[in-house]
Amino acid sequence: MTRLPPIRRRAALVGASGAILALSLAPKPASASLQPATEAAIKKAIGERAMTEGRVTLRLPPIAENGNTVPLTVSVESPMTAADHVKAVHVFADGNPTPDVATFHFTPALGRAEASTRIRLGRTQDVIAVAEMSNGAVFVGRQEVKVTIGGCGG
Amino acid sequence: MAAPMGQPRVRLPTGVKAGDVVEIRTLISHPMETGQRRDNAGNVIPRDIIKTFVATFDGQEVFRMDSHPAISANPYIAFFFRAEKSGTFEFTWINEQGTKVSTKSELKVA
Repeated sequence: MTRLPPIRRRAALVGASGAILALSLAPKPASASLQPATEAAIKKAIGERAMTEGRVTLRLPPIAENGNTVPLTVSVESPMTAADHVKAVHVFADGNPTPDVATFHFTPALGRAEASTRIRLGRTQDVIAVAEMSNGAVFVGRQEVKVTIGGCGG
Repeated sequence: MAAPMGQPRVRLPTGVKAGDVVEIRTLISHPMETGQRRDNAGNVIPRDIIKTFVATFDGQEVFRMDSHPAISANPYIAFFFRAEKSGTFEFTWINEQGTKVSTKSELKVA
């Protein structure tokens, strides 16, 4: 008989649950599917250029009790020199009635490609930041925010 | 009717040395009405937002932000600036009707 000893079964269970936990904690890839309206808004901002994941960091609270005012900071890794800098960062809220949030236009005079504001989020959703570099490359970052009370309607 | 452009408030750091990268923080009072809310009678409250924020240093544009209705009421905007020399910042907020409000601040660099 090839009955597995109980301890092995337990180990297998622990291993499986660990894998599930790791999966649920892993950040969603920035390329995960978006609402058609968000896809269209991104296309309007950057055209058909390919987006690379990375270099863009979104700082948002993981849980926002009040969707009317959610603090957002976006930063992009860049030397911010005349030859190599971030030109613009477009921010989109994938679950809002209209996905456009803001566009920040940067210049080398700033020394750092980072900006902060406060945004409205209608419900739990992903916020996406798309950075256009001076050489035409496009980078993308993504962050989920769980919203307790939405901030778009009355 | 568009809401009046509120009083802008800007905070520049002090004790800045040449080469420092400093944070510039701004705030203006404005409802940023989304156009999706209704009043008690059920009528849509018309959209009324600040569309553009521009920061210039000694007349040169250094930072700009385009806003949509997803920016919260009383917009807070902060960005960084590499301080090389003393000079004058001018910050301008423009609503969708083209009404502007501006404020100037001196950045002192030791």
